[in-house]
Amino acid sequence: MAKPRTLFDKIWDNHLVDVQDDGTCLIYIDRHLVHEVTSPQAFEGLRNAGRRVRHPEATLAVADHNVPTTDRSRGIADEESRIQVQTLADNAAAFGVEYLAMDDVRQGIVHIVGPEQGFTQPGTTIVCGDSHTSTHGAFGALAFGIGTSEVEHVLATQTLLQRPAKNMLVRVDGALPLGVTAKDLVLAIIGRLGTAGGTGYVIEYAGEAIRGLSMEGRMTVCNMTIEAGARAGLIAPDEVTFDYLKGRPRAPKGAAWEAAVTYWRTLASDPGARYDAEVVIDAAALVPMVTWGTSPEDVLPITARVPDPAKVADPAKRAAVERALAYMGLAAGTPLTEVKVDTVFIGSCTNGRIEDLRAAAHVLKGRKVAAGMRVLVVPGSGLVKEQAEQEGLDEIFRAAGAEWREPGCSMCLAMNADKLKEGERCASTSNRNFEGRQGRGGRTHLVSPVMAAAAAVTGRLTDIRAL
Amino acid sequence: MDKFTKLTGVAAPLPIINVDTDMIIPKQFLKTIKRTGLGKNLFDEMRYTKDGHEVPEFVLNRPAYRKATILVAGANFGCGSSREHAPWALLDFGIRCVIAPSFADIFYNNCFKNGILPIKLPQSEVDKLLDDASRGANAVITVDLEKQEITGPDGGRIAFDLDPFRKYCLLNGLDDIGLTLQKQDKIAGFEVRRQREQPWL
Repeated sequence: MAKPRTLFDKIWDNHLVDVQDDGTCLIYIDRHLVHEVTSPQAFEGLRNAGRRVRHPEATLAVADHNVPTTDRSRGIADEESRIQVQTLADNAAAFGVEYLAMDDVRQGIVHIVGPEQGFTQPGTTIVCGDSHTSTHGAFGALAFGIGTSEVEHVLATQTLLQRPAKNMLVRVDGALPLGVTAKDLVLAIIGRLGTAGGTGYVIEYAGEAIRGLSMEGRMTVCNMTIEAGARAGLIAPDEVTFDYLKGRPRAPKGAAWEAAVTYWRTLASDPGARYDAEVVIDAAALVPMVTWGTSPEDVLPITARVPDPAKVADPAKRAAVERALAYMGLAAGTPLTEVKVDTVFIGSCTNGRIEDLRAAAHVLKGRKVAAGMRVLVVPGSGLVKEQAEQEGLDEIFRAAGAEWREPGCSMCLAMNADKLKEGERCASTSNRNFEGRQGRGGRTHLVSPVMAAAAAVTGRLTDIRAL
Repeated sequence: MDKFTKLTGVAAPLPIINVDTDMIIPKQFLKTIKRTGLGKNLFDEMRYTKDGHEVPEFVLNRPAYRKATILVAGANFGCGSSREHAPWALLDFGIRCVIAPSFADIFYNNCFKNGILPIKLPQSEVDKLLDDASRGANAVITVDLEKQEITGPDGGRIAFDLDPFRKYCLLNGLDDIGLTLQKQDKIAGFEVRRQREQPWL
């Protein structure tokens, strides 16, 4: 009988094109997403070498990082941003790749667009020059971020040189309590593993709490897997996955759909499959989480206090905590619920999907944001925006005093005009709280959409369960 | 890509853990459509005040380290985004080798595509090199890729591990795409099988 294999092992084995004597593998890439920031130099490389894109039909291009989230009728004001987006459009046209333009309703953040279009499918390998490509692992696809040289390699050859990753299982038993979301779960996992704890691994998420998540929630979990150092997260496809995909523009149709589902059902890890590391989390014990520092591992329950560096034994970690508190302008021992914020950002490839907007709107309905508070709500794609408007969520956000914007990456990384000023403090549904991430000198607290909405109402970090 | 064989140069100490790619090259510099010219903005927010003046204490602004070619840093160097602008900025500044206890995967991989050698060493060895690197202009160390050996200013030697294929590519300055295109037949064969087994793709 064949050796039991994990979900990762199965996808990996099924994509091996060649194995060198030294163990380096050439793996086939089924799907390639391309955005404007990490692709210009790759297309330039192809052009200089006289190479073509091997499979334009397996490649999908969309601009997201640089696009304005305000009125777009006059294009992009910032010259460098405008050139970068235009370069993507030009390259896509020159190499025969489909490009979703800024005025196309399907435009949005690349990791929201792929699943929406059914471009993302179980059992496939998916890459993009973007670390949050891990998002697509929610469908049981092996999906990971690559650098620009590798983008060029995939464009030219539809393959990548890789070494197999190790397998880690994160099993989440039980059900998430009320007010505790997929975002809190993944923040808690990152807190447990540390920001380098997953380095060299692909993390498979399993257990009752994972099975109980919607596709949106599963994408949130897989999205932030890179924040634990693992390049890819994986969740075995099931009925929730198939229901989400069925009827999507690029999903298989008719008999092909049946054949695909039959295959997708074989992907789940075999009983007895071996993992190099296993972590068990008790969902029932989780509470809403918030980051206090400048690394996603700097995370605590909202009920906790800002940590005291004097109590950290390891000198390198202590120095990091001191640096983080100085940057964040926080004093050790302060209850997290006393930390005042002046900005709230709801959006990003982590939490810019329809379910996230519904959750935030549910909290804001009939309430007003605190005086002086700037609240940006940025849907992850044009289709999310359209759906939200059909449901009247935009009206709820506007009535509460929030700004309803056009889709894009926006203040997650502040490459467009949406950024924090020095010293501003933001409760953000995004994925990274690095120094300067949302604007030079800006201070980021990562939270779930409901926690962000609660902070918008009270003007401070707030336990949603107490609102 | 330039070959990497043997490098002798000043090593700059950066004893910070979790140096992320936003620190190495902040996003406002990712709007370029070129690979070059990023060196002046390497570590921009640590290196310059917001008015654009140099921060004199920052290691790469100190006279002894302005021409550093080696960086010695804390654990999990290069965490965060996949931006290859991070190794491009290091390379454009003149850094050809980064030594740390551990690296983030994507950054580590990106280094090899640009002729930069990332070396993983145990914390105790990195601490020794951080100590060496703190000697300013006397912090000259030699990295010999062929021998997989670092020689410190006092002549002390430290061996390091490296994947043989990556070593081969660096030593010869090889372009991965060229190598892979020699396997065209295998790729085409794979595509035939995939079309048969998963025609919906």
